[in-house]
Amino acid sequence: MIDLSVSLPGLELKNPVMPASGCFGFGREYSQFYDLSVLGAVIMKAATGTERLGNPTPRVAETASGMLNAIGLQNPGVDRIIAEEIPFLRQFHIPIIANVAGSTVEEYEEVAKKLSKVEDLAAIELNISCPNVKEGGIQFGIDPDMAAEVTKRVKAVTSVPVYVKLSPNVTDIVQMAKAIEAAGADGLTMINTLTGMKIDLKTKKPLIANKTGGLSGPAIKPVAIRMIYEVRKHTSLPIIGMGGIQTAEDVLEFLLAGANAVAVGTANFQNPYVCPEIIQHLPIVLERYGFHSVKEATGGAHR
Amino acid sequence: MIKKVYAKIVSIEKIAKETMKMVLENEHISQFAKPGQFVHIKVADHTLRRPISIAETNVETNTFTILFKTVGSGTRRLASYEAGEYLDLLGPNGTGFPLDRVEENDVILLIGGGIGVPPVYFLAKELTRLNVNVHAILGFQSKDYVFYEEEFKQWNDVTIVTDDGSYGKKGFVTDYVHDINGIDRYFACGPLPMLKAVKEELEGVEGYLSFEERMGCGIGACYACVIPTNTKDKYKKICQDGPVLHANEVKL
Repeated sequence: MIDLSVSLPGLELKNPVMPASGCFGFGREYSQFYDLSVLGAVIMKAATGTERLGNPTPRVAETASGMLNAIGLQNPGVDRIIAEEIPFLRQFHIPIIANVAGSTVEEYEEVAKKLSKVEDLAAIELNISCPNVKEGGIQFGIDPDMAAEVTKRVKAVTSVPVYVKLSPNVTDIVQMAKAIEAAGADGLTMINTLTGMKIDLKTKKPLIANKTGGLSGPAIKPVAIRMIYEVRKHTSLPIIGMGGIQTAEDVLEFLLAGANAVAVGTANFQNPYVCPEIIQHLPIVLERYGFHSVKEATGGAHR
Repeated sequence: MIKKVYAKIVSIEKIAKETMKMVLENEHISQFAKPGQFVHIKVADHTLRRPISIAETNVETNTFTILFKTVGSGTRRLASYEAGEYLDLLGPNGTGFPLDRVEENDVILLIGGGIGVPPVYFLAKELTRLNVNVHAILGFQSKDYVFYEEEFKQWNDVTIVTDDGSYGKKGFVTDYVHDINGIDRYFACGPLPMLKAVKEELEGVEGYLSFEERMGCGIGACYACVIPTNTKDKYKKICQDGPVLHANEVKL
């Protein structure tokens, strides 16, 4: 019997697989395909203080082995998420992680504070790495001092564990992770998308209305693996790894690099059943490579 | 209800310039698809699925037809599939043309532009079940791109318009909408500039527009394909609330 369970701050996971923020909405659409209770957890789409309508379209473009997106944090605002979306997700009895975004430190505090009061909310993922909005998000994710500041301030007003989502658009990911660890974060999620651009040959203009977008999908997996490997060497914080995961073999690779659990994003668009399929295959893959549990595989590449 | 299915390709052929017709076999799609809905097709070697409107269903043979234009690498790859192969697709997706308000003897105008013609064809066929007067105006770039004229003629009166006048009438579909008297409602699908022009030209007439947009998930989860609206929500998701939306609710 292969043990898939993982115990992380605020998160008792029966398996390490969860859909990534922004790729799964608030679960409703995917619940028509399968029972979401099979998931290890769920990370909701970003919440901001008030409703956001996001960027103009086109918001997505296909690239080699991946895609660009610039949705722009469209969401109904934290109050409606609490009132309408969390009650829906609660029926599946899986840990719910809220992704918190904002333009100012105060907005992060306000959203995190409101969410942390919600019964059954397992953890917060602090989104300081969205590359697709003009204000907020990314600037907190590329400056270690600002990242530490927002982490500290959010930690002070919340009672649930805070996982900080790291941007790969930095020169030194380890420096970011260390600053966030010192500021009191409970864990890290990594990586967010890489900023990219695609130019339409017909119009000779950037294809995405926002001009730049976040690159995701298998194209970024080697970057994610490298960054998790480096960060694992220098911090003891738990890591939820993400970036181009499509298969159970990919999950094992993330575990070996140092991830404790994983999130699946873009692959949901290709195959709505990808999360349950990975969960089903994971024991077979772990066994094939000589592991008895997820915990045993975590950090395997460092031993 | 959207399902992920494997549909067998029964036939594939080129019917006009850059335009392919593919007939697929799948019971779920053929039984449940309504005019205006689409299938979201996985294409080998491509990250994102391709949303393609359904042009026709046949409940007796469990088949359905899609028409698509080969405009990029995804649709070119799709065109290279052969009969007998299977496609992984989601469907039927989206909300189609609403027919509940159509009344007996209504004068209905159907407008299709280019690759917006297929869902309008599905609708034309569906409307034959109701006792209504249907007129179709179909616009194409030029003669080489024209398709489905004969198919439409089986069901209703058709006007073909080409941009350069190389076939049918010359100009845009909007140049001919006033040839039809007493329009009660219209349904249109085509490129955004055409939909915009149609909406302006037929101001005051109840109308529904079917939109095209680059999509991610195709089921309403990723917020890639939204359109601003005058409604309480301020936007609609084209893949889920649409692709057909009321002309008065969208901001174009």
